[in-house]
Amino acid sequence: MASAVAAQSEQTPAPVRRAPKSRTALMFIGLLVLAGLAALLSLFSLRFGSLPVTTREAWDAVFRYNVDSYEQTIVREMRVPRTIIAFFIGGGLAVAGTVMQGVTRNPLGDPSILGVSAGASFGVTTAIFLFGISTPAQFVWFAFPGAAVASVVVYSIASVGRGGPTPVRLALAGVVMSSLLGAWTSALLLMSEQTLDLVRFWSVGSVAGRNLSVLWTMMPFILPATLACLLMGHQLNVLSMGEESARALGMNTQRVRMISSGLVVILTGASVAVAGPIGFVGLATPHIVRSIVGADYRWILPYSFFTGAALLTTADTVGRVIARPSEIQVGVVMAFVGAPFLIALARRRTVAS
Amino acid sequence: MTSFRQLSETRTFRTSWFSHRINLKVMMLIALAIAILILLMLWAITLGAVDLSIREVWNATWGDGDRKTLLVVRTLRWPRIATAVVIGMALAISGMLFQSIARNPLVSPDIIGINSGATVVAVAWLVIVRNTSQLPLAAFLGAILTAAIIYLLSWRNGASPDRMILVGIGVASMTQAVTALILVRFPLEQIRPAVVWTMGSIYGSTWRDVVITSLVVLVSLPFAILLMQPLRAMSLGDNVTRSLGIPLEMTRLGVILIGCALAAVSVAFAGPIGFVALMVPHMARMIAGPQSGGVLVFSGILGGIILLLSDTLALHFLPVVLPVGVVTGAIGAPYFLFLLYRSNSRM
Repeated sequence: MASAVAAQSEQTPAPVRRAPKSRTALMFIGLLVLAGLAALLSLFSLRFGSLPVTTREAWDAVFRYNVDSYEQTIVREMRVPRTIIAFFIGGGLAVAGTVMQGVTRNPLGDPSILGVSAGASFGVTTAIFLFGISTPAQFVWFAFPGAAVASVVVYSIASVGRGGPTPVRLALAGVVMSSLLGAWTSALLLMSEQTLDLVRFWSVGSVAGRNLSVLWTMMPFILPATLACLLMGHQLNVLSMGEESARALGMNTQRVRMISSGLVVILTGASVAVAGPIGFVGLATPHIVRSIVGADYRWILPYSFFTGAALLTTADTVGRVIARPSEIQVGVVMAFVGAPFLIALARRRTVAS
Repeated sequence: MTSFRQLSETRTFRTSWFSHRINLKVMMLIALAIAILILLMLWAITLGAVDLSIREVWNATWGDGDRKTLLVVRTLRWPRIATAVVIGMALAISGMLFQSIARNPLVSPDIIGINSGATVVAVAWLVIVRNTSQLPLAAFLGAILTAAIIYLLSWRNGASPDRMILVGIGVASMTQAVTALILVRFPLEQIRPAVVWTMGSIYGSTWRDVVITSLVVLVSLPFAILLMQPLRAMSLGDNVTRSLGIPLEMTRLGVILIGCALAAVSVAFAGPIGFVALMVPHMARMIAGPQSGGVLVFSGILGGIILLLSDTLALHFLPVVLPVGVVTGAIGAPYFLFLLYRSNSRM
């Protein structure tokens, strides 16, 4: 943004940094360390929870499962699924957020901007209201189509006319669509107490009580979309130089934008369907990562994946531990884990966007 | 064609100590919008359980009519309608101020936590304290306190808008998390009034509400109009602004204070109504052209029209009575989409 540029130019000019070969090696090692950290935090998620479990039992539950042990059954049946879900959804949402911020070149860009969350909430609320469904496994089948339809509509509205869907048009159309769907959702919530009761728990965002079948139904969407997003680093680098420069370099910016938006919608829609609208991962992770690894999206994307995965798994674990024997939803904890990070980063340096 | 060309001309209003450039087209639009707003207000007052004609409303407004009509018109209907209009104005103006200062079209006053701060306090007030009497005051304090925290946390050699957006996201997400936590931790019948409040609603307004809100708007408006000029220069970047001799931080602080006061007073009396502050400034620019003092006023009146129309619709024309915030989105959105479509196909 303009003022960021201005603020930088006022400081003493930094010496031009070359990217030596060792930097690539360093970044790669950093990525491995981060991946290891994410894996370690996932193991913590198996070990800690409302029921005290020894490390040995947690270990056995994964690698030498004994059906007769109550503790091992808890770990195996309840903690393993939610940990896997938190890992992939955290990573997926973070990558989706990164792509979205890269494409819209707006620090406020997050997947919900395309109307994904509102569409999903709309689908879930309507289904609860009309059909009386009540379990997360059933929500999936309404959240995902809701998200997909909403974002297709947003995209079509923004594409009308010459010039196609610019980031600002996309964002505005998304915000408007969200408020339209939000109005409908609110009206339903006011009319039916039962719907409100179910939706209030869903809309906080939680991975509790999800079994693996929920994840497997969404994996065919989440995994390929995540991988494809991870490969968009080069395109995002070019786009980040601005619309004109990107075009001058021969990039079909409209096509890149369309493909990446499509990927983001698939990824976010599927994640929201499984875990509810956990907005903060997608919004905060890219900023956190960017301040550590710099402006190269080829590194930002994989770093984002593991950071998001680590953040969400940790937030879920913390939520189970601090409010024993009940638990605090991961969406709530996520905000408290991520927000101080974001604020500290914002204060520390000029933020590139 | 010639008449349109004349209209789009600007005239300069000049006295010995004051000069201001006036865009005639914007002035015409403002006059038109005011006329529509007045008609809309009179029509809205005729609606309700007691059937009244526009003439009766007009007479009763000036104190002529039987006691029942006077009570209905002057004590029950006018305050609510005036509140809707004034709050719509306050929201739209503060939205435009914040969008121009942040140079980001997606920004609304919530960038500095006004709505989320007011919401968490109001929800706690309704669910835990269970007291409705001091609700506006509580919400107002919540809004101002959150805004102050965000401003102070973003202060580092000046509060840059980019930093404020990020700090704002962080703080807002925490307050929203607390709100969500309250809403899932308490029994359903206890949280229901809070949920209704979070959707944004105007009900049981009194003249006291009208006086407070309009005082804030009337005091802020002249300053806001005057600040639009430096804000135009600021859209060219910090360096250009400084070299033009505009006191950057002072202007910024002034805009934030005014925008904050306007947004905080509206959230205090009507709850968080998201659509108006974010979208009406865009609509105003799409209709009237690039931002200026005149467009700011136009956007305020447009905000008043949209909020009043939504409230009237919510109250009288729907099978269930809904909070105004719900309807604002529903009627504002299609119109906005139409404008977006039109401006897209023109370009």
